[in-house]
Amino acid sequence: MSAPAVCFHCGLPVPAGGRWSARLLGEVRQFCCAGCAAVAQTIAAGGFSSYYETRTAPAERAAALSPAAIYDEPLAQKQFAWESGPGEAGATLVLERVRCSACLWLIEQTLRAVPGVRSAVVNYATHRAQVTWDRAATRPSALIEAIRRVGYDAAPFDPAREDARERAAQRQGLWRLFVAGFGAMQVMMYAFPAYIDEGAGTLSRESESLMRWAGLLLTLPVIAFASGPFFEGAWRELKRLRPGLDTPIAIGIAAGFVASAWATLVGEGPVYFDSIAMLVFLLLGARFLESSARRRATRSLDRLARWSPSFAIRLAQDGGTRKIPAHELGRGDRVLVPPGERVPADGRVESGRSSVDESLLTGESRPVAKGPGAALVGGSVNREQPLVMRVERAGSGARAAVLARLVEAAAATRPRLVAGADRLASALTWVVLAAAMAAGLWHRDFWIAATVLVVACPCALALAAPIALTAATGQLAARGVALTRTAALEALERATDIVLDKTGTLTEGRFRVARVHVLARSSEAQCRALARALEASSRHPLAEAFAAGPQGPAVSEPVNVPGQGIEARVEGVRLRIGTEAFCRELCAHPPPPFALPEAAFTPVFLAGEEAFLAVFLLEDEPRPEAAAAVRALKGAGLRVHLLSGDAAKVAARVGARLGIETCTGEATPAAKLAYVARLQSEGRVVAMVGDGLNDAPVLARADVSFAMGAGADAAQLHSDFVLTGNALGEVPATLALARRAMRIVRQNFAWALAYNAIALPLAAAGLIGPFEAAVGMTASSFVVVLNALRVGRAREQPWKASSSSSLSPSRSFS
Amino acid sequence: MESLVLLVPLSVALVFLIGALFWRALQGGQFDDLERPGIDVLSDDR
Repeated sequence: MSAPAVCFHCGLPVPAGGRWSARLLGEVRQFCCAGCAAVAQTIAAGGFSSYYETRTAPAERAAALSPAAIYDEPLAQKQFAWESGPGEAGATLVLERVRCSACLWLIEQTLRAVPGVRSAVVNYATHRAQVTWDRAATRPSALIEAIRRVGYDAAPFDPAREDARERAAQRQGLWRLFVAGFGAMQVMMYAFPAYIDEGAGTLSRESESLMRWAGLLLTLPVIAFASGPFFEGAWRELKRLRPGLDTPIAIGIAAGFVASAWATLVGEGPVYFDSIAMLVFLLLGARFLESSARRRATRSLDRLARWSPSFAIRLAQDGGTRKIPAHELGRGDRVLVPPGERVPADGRVESGRSSVDESLLTGESRPVAKGPGAALVGGSVNREQPLVMRVERAGSGARAAVLARLVEAAAATRPRLVAGADRLASALTWVVLAAAMAAGLWHRDFWIAATVLVVACPCALALAAPIALTAATGQLAARGVALTRTAALEALERATDIVLDKTGTLTEGRFRVARVHVLARSSEAQCRALARALEASSRHPLAEAFAAGPQGPAVSEPVNVPGQGIEARVEGVRLRIGTEAFCRELCAHPPPPFALPEAAFTPVFLAGEEAFLAVFLLEDEPRPEAAAAVRALKGAGLRVHLLSGDAAKVAARVGARLGIETCTGEATPAAKLAYVARLQSEGRVVAMVGDGLNDAPVLARADVSFAMGAGADAAQLHSDFVLTGNALGEVPATLALARRAMRIVRQNFAWALAYNAIALPLAAAGLIGPFEAAVGMTASSFVVVLNALRVGRAREQPWKASSSSSLSPSRSFS
Repeated sequence: MESLVLLVPLSVALVFLIGALFWRALQGGQFDDLERPGIDVLSDDR
């Protein structure tokens, strides 16, 4: 079964000559890294191996995470935890890196095994855990670390983001769906005798009247309560005089109901109760599926709901200080922000000078200098000197909270084609109204007008896109791709060019120092120490390579120039580390010649004002699946570009290895932006794949963008798809899915329009009775739904455990 | 056919009764997590 060497834990390819293996479930299993092997062994040691048999997706690759001790602070616990009993505390945890239901089971079992935990219940739908623990026996950080040991991450849920409202909305939706569905079922029962009788006279007049009244009674809640969203939507559209899809639906439902109710009252004319109730049920069902699929897809971005440690040091009138939770801050408070801490609220600097890192909010990685009077954004990080600020906005009005809301709003955007359907529905509404009126007047028959309204109700048109897009979103989520903007599917389908970032995207982004050439008289260890000190403030993947070096001296005034390097002072001497060009600006003397090996090394220069000190040669291997992904993208007819901040030679080398012809190196964030803009001005539709902070502006500029799940938050905020599994191979798969989904959406639109084009004249001519109207409408909707469901298809699962166990649900067919 | 006079109103009453039962189950949180029960049957009791 284990023919291709993939990691038993995370499903990524095992590097050649794999060094990590362990005996699990009666077989020796290979792993891609030490982290995955450790996690798998922890899981097995805990007796939870059945996780590997029941899971439906591979785990995420193990990663190192920041310490959780911050959650133990009494002040912190007061914010996210509550008293659940004497000496007992409770909290909701947001679970991360979760890939499938078995992960949730594993987390629940792990939590219950922690000594001191009284109860742990994981909600499989929201990926949140409710935990209560004995305050004397354990601490929150112990719970979080237990979860991390089995390869996941968790953070306390921010109680400020009340999920009660969200839950109430979901229950309301389900209740409406039930009322409509159950009502439709029962009304159909009452309509059935009339259908089989068909004027044969076997049904007595009294019985028929009784059935009609029963139908009326049960359709009433369906109209009055379950159809609420359509009437509200139609009212909103009409107030703006821009009828969308809701208006014709609402008119169709209302006309059908009023006509049928009138027919029941006077005992004359056709009734449509069954088709109205069925229609409402179908439409509500589509909306319910759509909203739950979207919730599921954006769940991986739930990090926005994490409680993050946020304290503020408030300065009292007498000069004393008090540490308080950030949400207790109010307008006008004076707050001290020590270096290295987050700015707790929006406000202005009163005294002090420092630089502030606003990258999380703006994507700009260069620290911004701040002096008295300068505006500070809550959530940014103070870098150097203490600042005293005056609060202007705190809590939910602050900018970080606004940004979080923006992301949610963006998730609700619709593709252009769907927006087009709305406009089409708008035109259709007038046509239908006019046709109904004309037909009614022409035949001098109210029933014909009503039939036109019911028949022409664009039920299929309303269902055409949402179901197909929902199926695509769900399919993507199962593959480890989070779709944050539905409109992106359409843009991706039209994409002609794809631009790939190198570091962290095509490659793992885990650099190591392969060789050091010392260019001046200092020792290699000294140079490594200096490099480590300079790079300590940077989050660039290149900087991590130096973290393994010897401890460096203290640096001051670090300035990070994105795409170029870092300048700082060490013991009063200005030093630069970064590209050769960047170092030459500081040091007039060119570096002494040395032989640069032609392999795919990335040189990083270290220079003082007097001379170049050293050149570090870093290496970074392409991801194992990169070559196949590039081939697949080219096969799909896309032009593939490689755009890297690294040296042109390195970019060309990596490009050649992966088969990419157009490679551009030494691209600054501005140059990357210009590159994409130039392609767009040539009429190309550009997709961008990136991961870093410096990619955030390009990702926002490109027509459609992918961010790696392991990348910077800012990059993910600006992108349409987040590859939560970090698997580059999912990019061509997503492209294929987008093409299939949009093709099906178009087919559905064509079908829905064709149906309306045929049914409308027939109804207006008085050739369609209530029976044909109901059958036609329902049938056209079902065709659309069934067609849409073709979007999702299963695929092979090579990472599934192959032990013989009766518990495994997949054994029967694999 | 006289039985219909009794049976049809009875079925209407039954519909409302079932609706009320569903409402209680919904508010009791029975449908808040629809994914869990399907997985629970696969795992051992601990």
